[in-house]
Parts: sequence; C-alpha cells; structure tokens
Amino acid sequence: MKDTGKNDDILISARGLSVGFQIGKGMFDKRVLKAVDKVDVDIEAGSFFGLVGESGSGKTTLGRAFLKAVPITEGGATYNDGEVELDLATLDGAELKDYRKRAQLIFQDPYAALSPRMTVRDIIAEPLEVMGLTKSRAETDERVREIAAKCRLNLEHLRRFPHAFSGGQRQRISIARALVSGPKFVVADESVAALDVSIQADVLNLLKELQRDLGITFMFISHDLSVVAHTCDHVAVMYLGRLVESAPTMELFKAPRHPYTKALFSAIPSLDPDDDKSAQKLEGEIPSPTNQPSGCKFHTRCPFVVDRCKTEEPKLERADGSGHEVSCHRWKELMESHAL
Amino acid sequence: MSDLITVQNLTLKFRTDEGLITAVDDVSFRVRKGEVMGLVGESGSGKSVTAKALMHLNAKNAVYTPESKIILHTDAGEIDVLALRKAAEMKVVRGGAISMIFQEPMASFAPAISIGKQMIEQLMLHSDMSKAQARKHSIEMLDRVGISDPDKRVDQFAFELSGGMRQRAMIAMALSTKPKLLIADEPTTALDVTIQAQVIDLMKDLVKEFDMGIIFITHDLGVVAQTADYVSVMYLGRLIEKGPVREVIRDPRHPYTQGLIDALPKLDELDKPLTPIPGDIPSPLERPPGCVFNTRCSKIVGPQCTSLLPPDIKVSPTHRVACHIYKEEGQA
Repeated sequence: MKDTGKNDDILISARGLSVGFQIGKGMFDKRVLKAVDKVDVDIEAGSFFGLVGESGSGKTTLGRAFLKAVPITEGGATYNDGEVELDLATLDGAELKDYRKRAQLIFQDPYAALSPRMTVRDIIAEPLEVMGLTKSRAETDERVREIAAKCRLNLEHLRRFPHAFSGGQRQRISIARALVSGPKFVVADESVAALDVSIQADVLNLLKELQRDLGITFMFISHDLSVVAHTCDHVAVMYLGRLVESAPTMELFKAPRHPYTKALFSAIPSLDPDDDKSAQKLEGEIPSPTNQPSGCKFHTRCPFVVDRCKTEEPKLERADGSGHEVSCHRWKELMESHAL
Repeated sequence: MSDLITVQNLTLKFRTDEGLITAVDDVSFRVRKGEVMGLVGESGSGKSVTAKALMHLNAKNAVYTPESKIILHTDAGEIDVLALRKAAEMKVVRGGAISMIFQEPMASFAPAISIGKQMIEQLMLHSDMSKAQARKHSIEMLDRVGISDPDKRVDQFAFELSGGMRQRAMIAMALSTKPKLLIADEPTTALDVTIQAQVIDLMKDLVKEFDMGIIFITHDLGVVAQTADYVSVMYLGRLIEKGPVREVIRDPRHPYTQGLIDALPKLDELDKPLTPIPGDIPSPLERPPGCVFNTRCSKIVGPQCTSLLPPDIKVSPTHRVACHIYKEEGQA
C-alpha cells in the first residue's frame, strides 16, 4: 500500500472509495448495487492516467465519482491542485461550483454530445457563459478562439453548425468545449471509441499535446488496451468495481501480475494472422454486479483459482516493480512459476 | 473450392435531394465456400452498403448501374440477385441462402417477442419444419453456440441476456436456416475483448462445421487478421486492395492500407508514436477526381493521381491493388 501522507504531486487521491446505487424497491428491500467497491488510487498531477476494464467493471462510475457526477457513498477522495484542496466526498455549494471549473469531462460520442442547433462558437462558449468566467462578449470570443486554435480547429468553422463536421472534427469541438474553462483535471470517457482508426490516432496525439502544453491531468477511460498502452503513463485495471492491478504502463504491459490483466492482453486480436493465443482465453462473462461472487471477484473465471480465492478477498498490495500494485492472493507464486 | 457469390462491377448510387450520391463504385470480388472474406474500411467507405446489396436490402432510392452483377451460385443454379423484383423471389436469398448478423444485437431482436419465438418463426418461413421441430432445432442451435441452459434461454427475451449471449443467440438464429453465406456486419465491435475473442473462435469453428462462406465486415484490422482468409479494403466506395490476409497485412501495398496499419496502436511498439492518416474522409458529395484517396495520400506520384482512375494492378498472383505507384510487372 502507498503511504497516506501528503504528496504534492498527487492531484487526486482516493481511499476506500465506493459508489453504490440503491436497487431495492421499498423500505425493507435495501439492496445496493456496488458499482465501485473500496478503490484506493492516486492520480499524479500532469499525468495521463488510464483506466481499463470490461463493460460493467465500474470504470465510468469511478470517473464520474471523481467529477462529483455521482455521489460517493463510502470512503473519500481529495483533490489538490496546489491552489485549492478539496474533499470530494463532502463538496457542495460554492466549493462545488469552483470544482466544476477545475474538472471536466469529454464524452464518448461526438455525434450525441453537441447540440445541433448551436454554432460551434456557441457550443464552446457555453461553459464560459454558464460559469460566468468572462466579463464581456469580446473576452469570451477571444477565449473561444484561443482554445479552438489549440484544438486545431479552423477559426472559420466557428460560425458553422456541428452537422457540417466529420467525427474527428466533432470530437475536437467537444475537447475544446471541455477545456475552455481551463480545467486542471479532465476525464476522457471512451473518447476515441466512436472514431475510425485513422482519425483516432489524430485525436490521441492531440490529447497528448494538450496534456503537455496546458499541464492538464487526464483520466483516460477505455476498453481498448492498445490505445491505453500508447497514450497513458500509468494504467489501472478494474473488474467488477474493484481495482485489480495498477502500474506504470510499460511495467504493466511487460509484466502483468494479475491473471485478469494477462487474460485481457491475450484477448486483443493480434495483427499477425499466425499468432494463435487461444491458450489464454477466458471462459464465461463478467458476473452481474447485483450478484457478485464472494472472495476474489475474479475467481469464477480465473484459471488459477484455489479455495482461498473463493472465501477471502485479496487486498491491493505492492508487487515487484516500482509503483506496481496488484490484488491477487497468488501473484507471487504465479510469477515465480512463470504461469503468467 | 467453388464460388459461392460473385460480385462484378457493382456500382450503386443513391438518389437524394442533393443529387445522385455514389456509395459503391465498380466493386468486384467473390467469396468461395468455406472461406472468410474480411471487408475493411472506415465509416463512409461503402462496406455495409455493399453487403446489403448482396441481399438486395438497400433503400428504395438505391440505383444500380446496368453493369452491376451479383451472382449467387446455389445447387439449383445461378441466381442474379439484382434481377429479383418480388419479395417472394427474394425469400430464397434473404434468410435462405444468405443470413446476416449486425453490430448491435439488442437492436436486431424484437424486444417484446421471446428469442425462441423469433427463431421458430423464421425456421417455419424458410423450411418445412413443424413448430415442434423448429423449437427443437432452435434449442440445438443455441446449445451449439455455447449458450448454457438453452431450453430455458429459448423462452427468454433479448433484454434478459448479456451482450455476449445476445450476439451468440443472433449467430444461432442466423445459422439455423443453414445459409450458404453469412454476412457479419461488425459482429464483435460492441463486445468486450474477452467476449470478442470467444465469438471469433465460435465463428471460425462454424465456418468449418457448416462449410459456408462468411463476409466479415469490420474496421478492426486485428480482428480481420485473426478471422479472415482474404481481405478486401474499401475507401470511399472503391475497392482499393484485395488479397490473402497474410499478404495484405504483412505487405500492404496501397498507401491507404499502409496508413491504416500505421495508425493502429500496437502493443509491441509502445514507444513508436501513432501516425494518423492526415485529413478526413471526403463527403460522398465531393468525391475527388482520379484516385479517391488523393486528398489524403502522402505518396502522390504525379498528375495522374488527381485525374486518372488507377488501374487494378496485380502485385502478386493473388494480390491486387488500385494505385498509380505500381506498374503491371511488380513495383515501378
């Protein structure tokens, strides 16, 4: 485990963070679906932090919890950008308003995220107007032009409507809108999933550039491991609401320590037609979050399951590499026997 | 291997308020029995429209040129798909000789009718099975695609199944009429990687077992590499490169195919920056003259690129590419 002491380089730090949704339908039926379950994570300032997992793993919910878009039901998270220090679990009122300027979201589908009735200029300017960040129209226009240029949008396009643009251009408009309020922390939820490969690479390069130039910390949520591998500095893997492994990107891809991470890697279709990795394939599907397995949540699909995994929940512990954490009872044993 | 379907000079335009829009331009290919053909391209390349043309499923404003030919080879002889006019005649093709599965299985199943009822209905339409036989056959098919408790699942509704199971049920339904050709339009795009791997394996097994042909439409070159025997790459309605999967993926010749492969994030080259193909795919209303890729191509060789349609060049006995860089005998 990492020390809980103050660290100036950490922008967001979560301890035991849980998000539950009540699914019971009455006074006596108080069933709760735990979408995120006791997650400990530190996001370094200025980094590109990747979060991967299958659908239903809770990755989107964790991102939303950091943005205060869903309530944190247990545990907590702190935000510290050097200017302000905020406790995300209890944040409200003026502080919450202030936090909205500092934390923003880029959506998945650029076709659904932009209002068809607003010009590109109005779409990008709206956050400034709503948050009252500018004093005059001239100042708003200047901010819009500045961020549009940074997102490689043609200034002539600002007068047009979104329907005139292709997927890649629309995603650049969404990015400009998210960044216009000058956020320090941006959650990009599957932001390139709806794009074609040739354009996806362009948007990824743009995000990296913005991270460097503007010093923004990105939390990049994706199901696509190869995209994450290429853009992120640090990657965390989620399964059924739990963080199962977290490590610097190179470290994680070179030496995955959790059987689930390993299985995810081997499921990526290889570009080599003769590369047959069927030996590592996972059986079955991710269990329903309303009916979660006991012990280690991955034990129903894990090829290395033993009795202990079915009863005792593993804790996130330090693995061999620096900054590498894994939540598996048998990681050391599996590493030594080269089973992974 | 004998031919299953031959497409010759398929050109398809849509009549719209803004004029005739060319969606598919002079495309020719064939699929043989027991063969998987991967059809690759980004959105707007015309791959789905091409697939729909094979079943004559395009909207009423579709116009086919007189040279376009789609010949389906069946035991009873050849069928010219585009000559079919009446719904009754098309029944032989749609759901009979050809089945199709789509990207989003939730949208393909009727939400208020049980999976079993939908499977039985199409079996009774396309074969002379009784209702009881059709139900039994449906359960067998669900079992074959790896759905547990098929006799219970058959009475469930699409929303009760998980994403991976829904796609399996879709495959079971498409294969229950024993089609000669299966068209799979992005069947794994909406699935998680671990489930995608399972569905790919399943489809590979089924091709062998049923000895049918598959047209696998996808934008994911990794999926193509793992499933297809042959690949055809489309861009803006034109087929720009085709050949055996190993040749096309290991030695892509068209600058677009090369660009697609370079733009793909690869796990074994993490340090290499991603190289996007510059620009966007042009609108079908503004098709560039000459080679359709000339607006984004980094390897323009001369004025012919922007004025002349590139010829189809054989770069190997089985590998063809439409690009001005090459001359008939190997590279220029």
